[in-house]
Amino acid sequence: MDLELILMQLFSGLALGAILVMVALGLTIVFGMLGIVNFAHGALFMVGAYAGLWVAAQTGSFWWALLVAPIAIGVLGMAIERFLIRPLYGRSPDDPLLLTFGLGYVLVESVRITFGTDGIPFSAPEALQGVVDLGVGYFPLYRLFVVGVVALVLLLLWVALEKTRFGLIVRAGARDPLIMKVLGVDVGRLWLLVFGLGVGLTALGGVLAAPMRNVSPEMGTLVLAEAFVVTVIGGMGSLLGAVVAGLLVGIAVSMTALFAPEMATIVMFALMALILLVRPQGLFGRPGAGA
Amino acid sequence: MAMLEVEKLNAWYGPSHVVHDLSFAVEEGEIVALVGRNGAGKTSTLRAIMGLMPRAEGRVAFDGTSLLPLGAHARFRLGLGYVPEDRRIVPGLTVRENLELGLVAAGRTDVGAAIDEIARSFPRLKERLNQQGTTMSGGEQQMLAIARAIISRPKMVLLDEPSEGIMPVLVEEMGTLFRTLRDQGTTLLLVEQNVEWALKLAGRAIIIDQGEKVYESSAAALLADKDIQDRYCAV
Ligand SMILES: Nc1ncnc2c1ncn2[C@@H]1O[C@H](COP(=O)(O)OP(=O)(O)OP(=O)(O)O)[C@@H](O)[C@H]1O
Ligand SMILES: [Mg+2]
Repeated sequence: MDLELILMQLFSGLALGAILVMVALGLTIVFGMLGIVNFAHGALFMVGAYAGLWVAAQTGSFWWALLVAPIAIGVLGMAIERFLIRPLYGRSPDDPLLLTFGLGYVLVESVRITFGTDGIPFSAPEALQGVVDLGVGYFPLYRLFVVGVVALVLLLLWVALEKTRFGLIVRAGARDPLIMKVLGVDVGRLWLLVFGLGVGLTALGGVLAAPMRNVSPEMGTLVLAEAFVVTVIGGMGSLLGAVVAGLLVGIAVSMTALFAPEMATIVMFALMALILLVRPQGLFGRPGAGA
Repeated sequence: MAMLEVEKLNAWYGPSHVVHDLSFAVEEGEIVALVGRNGAGKTSTLRAIMGLMPRAEGRVAFDGTSLLPLGAHARFRLGLGYVPEDRRIVPGLTVRENLELGLVAAGRTDVGAAIDEIARSFPRLKERLNQQGTTMSGGEQQMLAIARAIISRPKMVLLDEPSEGIMPVLVEEMGTLFRTLRDQGTTLLLVEQNVEWALKLAGRAIIIDQGEKVYESSAAALLADKDIQDRYCAV
């Protein structure tokens, strides 16, 4: 086994991990702020991919799909928060859990009915097909593009959270919603926006992932499990944790696939168990925080 | 018209009815002390006025606007500030950022100027603007909580036991600050266990016991009446 192959697999893991980062970030932001574990998050990833497929078919442009689908699904997320989840605040924490769990099934079935059960190929735009020479070997251009988009989104997110007043409100609201209320912040509206942002991120992950695999109604199921593993490893509610753990899991899965393909899906759970033994709160989690 | 009018206010935590038919008024530019023993319902009263009780009924008017139908954030936007008893400095944020939280609703963009201005009244905070808020001493955190509540210049502030657990020098400093605020026209409703201190600051005093108003007079009269103080405020 040569070094070139290992490096290529590492890059593949990075692209896989970048998608996971998008999904896990959405999951962890919503959990950190609203205290809700969104079981529909994987289905919304899948819906994002289909929305991308549909927009691309209508406009003939992948670029429109990349821009419009995450925003549209983000707005759908806001509607879900406003009309389905908001009535459940202040009740048993099981209620939003059951609701999102059921909603996930509804979304999957709706897509099955509308688009059929078969996987649909979704090809990357011509400009992003082909391979690039990274010096150590050739690498699919599209995967590089995915890593680049995710890096850009992370940068924008970081600037929005750390350098703007909106970010200050979000960070403070996550720690202490009560004090934000008595300082004049409509926390309900903040949660609406945060939920929409979280769903938009997973939808973006769905659109980005689509050209790397078939688009199918089940594509969200495995991703949801992976994203849970990532948030647990990174620390529930920790954004930095989601990024680091997402890349870590992506690379671990990808490298295992190279050396022991049959172990590829098990390795992330093993990693999770290992990290939980050493740091029960996850890599970047606050002790005692989270469920 | 009074700045704050409370009429037959009732409030509940689940099944327990903790404020009973409470009525009182606070005039503009006055300091009113609200006292009573532990569990009397002082915090619950402030929370009901601010919109933080699970259930509250009756009538509360602030500067002519009826408050009970409004959310807490809307009450703040009308010019009603609140310093809760547990201070609630937001962890992970610096002193400056905690102060900025007091300005977000006002949409003020001249944050630097507002912080410079407030820091003049709070010299202890000025030296620590870039420190994590929660690493300061209890007294400094209380000062920060007060500064954060008044940085947007509310018309009225509800204060829940601001002197609790704070060393005497700082309590004196706080008293001077409250007088200055009052002289500038800010109305204060001051809940206190430190009865003597509160009564020296306040113009009027209200005692509540088991969620009911049991006494109301000028602060000077209550200060002179040790019997009443012993009956309702003994710790
Ligand atoms: N979260 C809560 N749930 C249920 N009951 C509560 C809650 N908080 C307070 N109470 C009850 O409400 C009553 C009034 O409490 P409140 O906190 O208003 O008193 P207080 O006058 O502020 O007392 P203290 O001087 O100790 O701060 C008490 O009997 C208390 O046990
Ligand atoms: Mg109290």
